[in-house]
Amino acid sequence: MLLVRCPWCGDRDEAEFRYGGQADVDYPADPHQLDDASWGEYLFVRANPLGSFNERWMHTAGCRRWFSLVRDTATNEMSPDIPRRRESR
Amino acid sequence: MVADGNTPAPPERLWRNPEPKRNYDVVIVGAGGHGLATAYYLARNHGITDIAVVERGWLAGGNMARNTTIIRSNYLLDASAALYDHALRLWEELPEELDYEFHFSQRGVLNLAHTEQEVRDARRRAFANELNGVDAEWLTPDEIAEVCPILDTSPNLRYPVLGATYQRRAGIAKHDLVAWGLARKCDEMGVDFVQNREVTGFLTDGDRVVGVRTDKGDIGAGRVGLAAAGRTTLLTDTLGLRLPLQSHPLQAMATEILEPVHPCVVMSNHVHVYTSQAHKGELVLGAGIDTHNGYAQRGSVHVVENQLAAAVELFPVFARAHLLRTWAGTVDVTPDASPIIGPTPYENLFVNCGWGTGGFKATPGAGWVFAHTIATGSPHPLNEPYGMERFTTGALIDEHGAAAVAH
Repeated sequence: MLLVRCPWCGDRDEAEFRYGGQADVDYPADPHQLDDASWGEYLFVRANPLGSFNERWMHTAGCRRWFSLVRDTATNEMSPDIPRRRESR
Repeated sequence: MVADGNTPAPPERLWRNPEPKRNYDVVIVGAGGHGLATAYYLARNHGITDIAVVERGWLAGGNMARNTTIIRSNYLLDASAALYDHALRLWEELPEELDYEFHFSQRGVLNLAHTEQEVRDARRRAFANELNGVDAEWLTPDEIAEVCPILDTSPNLRYPVLGATYQRRAGIAKHDLVAWGLARKCDEMGVDFVQNREVTGFLTDGDRVVGVRTDKGDIGAGRVGLAAAGRTTLLTDTLGLRLPLQSHPLQAMATEILEPVHPCVVMSNHVHVYTSQAHKGELVLGAGIDTHNGYAQRGSVHVVENQLAAAVELFPVFARAHLLRTWAGTVDVTPDASPIIGPTPYENLFVNCGWGTGGFKATPGAGWVFAHTIATGSPHPLNEPYGMERFTTGALIDEHGAAAVAH
C-alpha cells in the first residue's frame, strides 16, 4: 500500500486517490498544425521510466484536488517536490 | 524427484546452457512463454534454428512463472477472436506435438454477468464469438449452478449472478511445464538459451538493428525480436522509439492446497475477480492491474483485498481457505488493451508487447505470428491489425470490455 502525500490533506492511504499518469502533458499549442503521428503521440504515448516519474494524483476521497509528485517506479519512494516544469515531455 | 501420480517427474536436463556465439540469425529478448514459443515456431515453421533467446533472469522466471494460467478465446472483436482462437487451436495440439504433458485442461470458462447491461454485453459477445467460429454458450443461473456448484447463484448477493457466457474449450495449463516443453523442443532443434544475461540496448547501423548489447558483451543478430513484456520500453527508449505502453504491477494469489472443489474457471468483470483451481489443488485468484506505473513487482494490499472480497462473496466456501502467497508481475498495457506485434521503424527490429494481463493464453499464437513476422519481415494476416501504426491511424482494437478484466 502506498502512502501518498496530498499537499492539502497530508499523508493518506493510496486507496483514497485516483492515479492520473504522467504529469505535464500539455494540450497541443496549435492543434491544427499537428499531423496524425503527432496526434497519436499526444493521445497515446507517455513516458514509462524505470526510476523517477513525475506523475499526477487526485485525492478523490478527500479534497478532490489534483497534484503532482515524483515517484520512483522501482522503489515507490515519493517526493512531494513538484519538479520544475520541463520544456517538452 | 518422484512423480506424485499427477505431475510427471522432470527429466535430468531439458536444455543446455551454452556460451553464446558472437552472432545469430535471430536474437530473441526474453525467455518467457512468448520468447520460447517464438523460437519454437521460428524453428518449426520457418527452419530458422540459429537463434539465441537471451534472458536477464532464468528461463520462464518472469511473468510466465507467476500468472493465473487461464486460456480462452472468447474475445469480442474479429481481430482478437481470430488471434486468440488460433492460439487455442495450437494449445489443443501442442502437448502431443511437444511430446510433453503440460496438463492442458479444457475445463471451461464462465464469464459472469451481474447487471442487465452486462447481460446484454455478454450475450452480444457470445453471438460475436459464434459468428467467428469460437465456441460460446449463454447459461442461466440454474445452468451455471450445474457447471459450478460452489458458486453462489442465489439472488441474495449484492451483485447477483444473472447469467454467464461459457466457453467449453477454454481452461488452464500448467505454465512451468509449458515453458519446459517448449524449451526442450527448441533446444533439440539447436536454439541457444542464454540465461542471466540482460539485454541493455542495441547495436545499430543507421536505421538498422544489427545486434544487442548485454551486460556481458555484445551479440550480433540478423534480426532481433523483443518479447520482454513489462520491460519493453526500457529497451525501445534506448533507440528513441516511443511505444504506447505503460508498465504496471499485476497481482495474483494462491491458497493452500485443497481437495478438488472448483471444476472450471470463473471470471467476473463486475465484481472483478477470476478464479480456478490448479492441478495441485491451490485456488488461484487474480484480477486487474494496480493503477500506478511500477516495476517493483509488488502491488498494493487494497487491490488484493478487493478481489478477495469479491471471491468470498461469489464462493462462500473460499472463506475457509488460507491464502498462502501473493505476488506481482510487471505487465505492459496499451491504450486499447490489445498487444502490439509487428515491425518497427528500425529495420530488423520486431516487437511483441502490450499483452497487459492476458499474455499467457496467447502464448503459442503469439509465438506463431511473431515468428512469421521475424522470419518474413512482415506480419502474418493474424497480427497485421496489431501493428503500432494503429495508434496513428486510429484503427484501434479496443478490447477493454471483452477482455473481461480491467486493464
